[in-house]
Amino acid sequence: MEEKQIALEVQKVSKKFGSIQANKAVDLTVYKGEIHVVLGENGSGKTTLMNMIAGIYFPDSGKIFVNGEEKIIRSPKDAFDNKIGMVHQHYKLIELFSAAENIVLGIKNKEKFDEKKIVSRVEEIAHRYGFSIDPKKKVYEMSVSEKQTVEIIKVLYRDADILILDEPTAVLTPQETEKLFNVLRVMKNDGKSIILITHKLNEVMAVSDRVTILRKGRYIDTVETSQTNENELTEMMVGKKIELNINRSEPVNPRPRIVCENLCCKDKDGLPILKNVSFTANGGEILGIAGIAGSGQRELLEAVAGLQPLTSGTIIFHNPKENKPVTFFHKDLKQIKELAKEHKFHYEDGTVVDLTEMHDKEISNLVNEGKLLFYEDEIMNLRDKTPLQIRELGVKLSFVPEDRLGMGLVGNMNITDNMMLRSYRKGGSIFLNRHKPQDLAEHIVEELEVATPGVTVPVRRLSGGNVQKVLVGREISSSPKVLMAAYPVRGLDINSSYLIYNLLNKQKETGTAVIYVGEDLDVLLGLCDRILVINSGVVTGIVDARNITKQEVGYLMTKVLDSAPQTETTQEEGGDVNEA
Amino acid sequence: MPVWLNILIDSIAFGATFMFGSTGEIITEKSGHLNLGIPGIMCMGGAGGCLMLNLIGTSKMPGFMIVMLGIIASFASAALMGLIYSFLTITLRCNQNVTGLTLTTFGTGLMMTLMAKATQTKYLNIPKKYFRFPFADRTDSLQKLGVMFFLVIAIIVLAWFVLNKTKVGLNLKAVGENPSTADTAGINVIRYKYLATTIGAGISGLGGLYYIVDYSASGEAYKSLEAFGWLSIALVIFALWRPLRTIAGSVLFGILFSFSSYITLIPFIETTLKTKPILQMLPYVVTIIILIVSSIKNKKENQPPSSLGLSYFREDR
Repeated sequence: MEEKQIALEVQKVSKKFGSIQANKAVDLTVYKGEIHVVLGENGSGKTTLMNMIAGIYFPDSGKIFVNGEEKIIRSPKDAFDNKIGMVHQHYKLIELFSAAENIVLGIKNKEKFDEKKIVSRVEEIAHRYGFSIDPKKKVYEMSVSEKQTVEIIKVLYRDADILILDEPTAVLTPQETEKLFNVLRVMKNDGKSIILITHKLNEVMAVSDRVTILRKGRYIDTVETSQTNENELTEMMVGKKIELNINRSEPVNPRPRIVCENLCCKDKDGLPILKNVSFTANGGEILGIAGIAGSGQRELLEAVAGLQPLTSGTIIFHNPKENKPVTFFHKDLKQIKELAKEHKFHYEDGTVVDLTEMHDKEISNLVNEGKLLFYEDEIMNLRDKTPLQIRELGVKLSFVPEDRLGMGLVGNMNITDNMMLRSYRKGGSIFLNRHKPQDLAEHIVEELEVATPGVTVPVRRLSGGNVQKVLVGREISSSPKVLMAAYPVRGLDINSSYLIYNLLNKQKETGTAVIYVGEDLDVLLGLCDRILVINSGVVTGIVDARNITKQEVGYLMTKVLDSAPQTETTQEEGGDVNEA
Repeated sequence: MPVWLNILIDSIAFGATFMFGSTGEIITEKSGHLNLGIPGIMCMGGAGGCLMLNLIGTSKMPGFMIVMLGIIASFASAALMGLIYSFLTITLRCNQNVTGLTLTTFGTGLMMTLMAKATQTKYLNIPKKYFRFPFADRTDSLQKLGVMFFLVIAIIVLAWFVLNKTKVGLNLKAVGENPSTADTAGINVIRYKYLATTIGAGISGLGGLYYIVDYSASGEAYKSLEAFGWLSIALVIFALWRPLRTIAGSVLFGILFSFSSYITLIPFIETTLKTKPILQMLPYVVTIIILIVSSIKNKKENQPPSSLGLSYFREDR
């Protein structure tokens, strides 16, 4: 191997956010003229490390060397002075400005603001590296890949020699990705160092010279791309399996509870975030959802909960009603008559009910005496229903959202009042009746060991784990038929986490369909019955959690698939597992 | 001079009060800070200037010195209010609306107390003539439009130039649009925010001095100053955050506001004390209409700075 000069060296850098150790003694060495990939799962500290090199965060300890000299990088400006430039995952562009204005923004020199000169220099850079760009176009009129081009040119315009790209391909089409990689190769030949953050293994293999792997904030290894393969990288990325002590019972009588077919939806920028997602969540079973952060997990849960508008697809809820009596609580007389025509009911002895000859009064008597029984589960369409409509349909759906204090609880209200958020509609009087919610709050505090001086303390003053306990406690208290939990143990200590796992298991044993979105693969493998793996809004597999390795799940999380032919195979896979 | 021209020049002179106020507020808002303390700041600007004139108004200093010192005192006392606002909202990251409203209440009250102690004859009678050009006698219009009127026009043109033609303006707009982007581009966000809010407040404050001493020259004038502060904030929306538009907007507001006084000149229309307040709300109605129209059209260029009202901290996750 030819001799290479070191462009950037990071030694034993650490950074803590509150109680979370984002980076611990991380090393990184980048040569001149190479494409260096930093690989790792969510929360492995890749972006934090890059932000420290680019001057957004300041490291708690450790040293950074640029071209062999120790440098202290306190701000993005310091980074630019050391010829380090970063293209952030969320573009840092002013929508109202033109490309050229964004590119020169913040450059301090004696030159006057001369648009013509700037435009000609931008065009020169674009020509040299093979970009196409219109410097006068406003950013808000640009496509995602055009915006990215502006970001990269912004860095090149400042003569950066070390370029950091944080997940640049996450939003690009395969063609755009290939174009970007060609540009990166030209830059590399030009002697620039490129640090690329990604978790797509095929891209790592395609473009990089060397790979540094991080896991849970720690440095694992640096390897030459030519000396390794995708399996080895996955293994380093996800680590060895850790046995967890979660009591997992066998699913009891799993029957479809939520059936989603071909769900598609778009984010606020109009980009598809879910592509033909199909799955079945069974009652009495925990369905895990695994994937890199932002792959569409959140949207998936929100779609089921009625918070995310769908562009296409169906969500069917099977209300467990078999052999249960028909009541007037959810159905009125007219609906009952309609359903009877479709032979939905039977008597206790099993004969089909025929209501056509009967008077209304007779039917009412039958219903009130509980003699009409459902033949099969009641099927309800949840698509395009608001959360309130879903609740009014009698669907007991509980949702523990990712954003606890944003979507789940009201921070400034106390525990009792937060309980009432779920139940206040039940009251008939215009005055509040706090007795029941207060009993519930006290029950939850006691049962889940919430550390709080009392139920009248504002939720905002509790610690993260206790907030989560209050939220999960409230959602479980309504004895849901479907319980969806997004990252319910995020930020919780070990004991609280186990408490939550046990709560979820208990729900499963009572026949609830539990959907658990998690980031820790060990937990997913130890807690769930089946795991749905999602990658960029596409389901890459639905697997049996008992008979799969961490590496296989890790591979599915990073596998790139086209969305179109995908759905049928996953349904089959899901079906197979069901039968097994 | 024909009546309509008289009305026009009168409205221009009156509107200059709003020009000060809204130009200052535009500069502040471009940095992403909604300063609702403008009414209080204009009051304090007026009080500061008048107290200085109260001290030196009858002294033997040359006229231009008296004017200069008055303007400087007015700017400084308003800028001090702006500095308090900046410290609270930028460094301590307090809620901008609450801070602004507090400053309005504080500034208005403090001015009432201070102005009650000042002697009218000292700060009004003699200084007023220094605020006119020496050759103002030649035309009636120059009698109405003095030094400070041309000062505000100069400030507006300068603000337009800086915002649209210089790097400083580009950086300032970036700070108001997206401070984290500006920060990553190497702009000192905190400094831009401090300078914009403080200078903006200073410019707004001059409006107070202008209205009390230059335009109305009455001992009761300071009592209606707060209302004009609110009008200035409304005018910022009317002008769609563009300095040059404040000139036209101010004149229109001036005409609309004093509409109730002129309407008596038109025969057949009778105004009573009851209808006058209704006519006086015309400027606000126009502002609401402008808001509706601009939000229906939803043109990106006509929207307020994107991060208006939000505080910024680099290490927020």
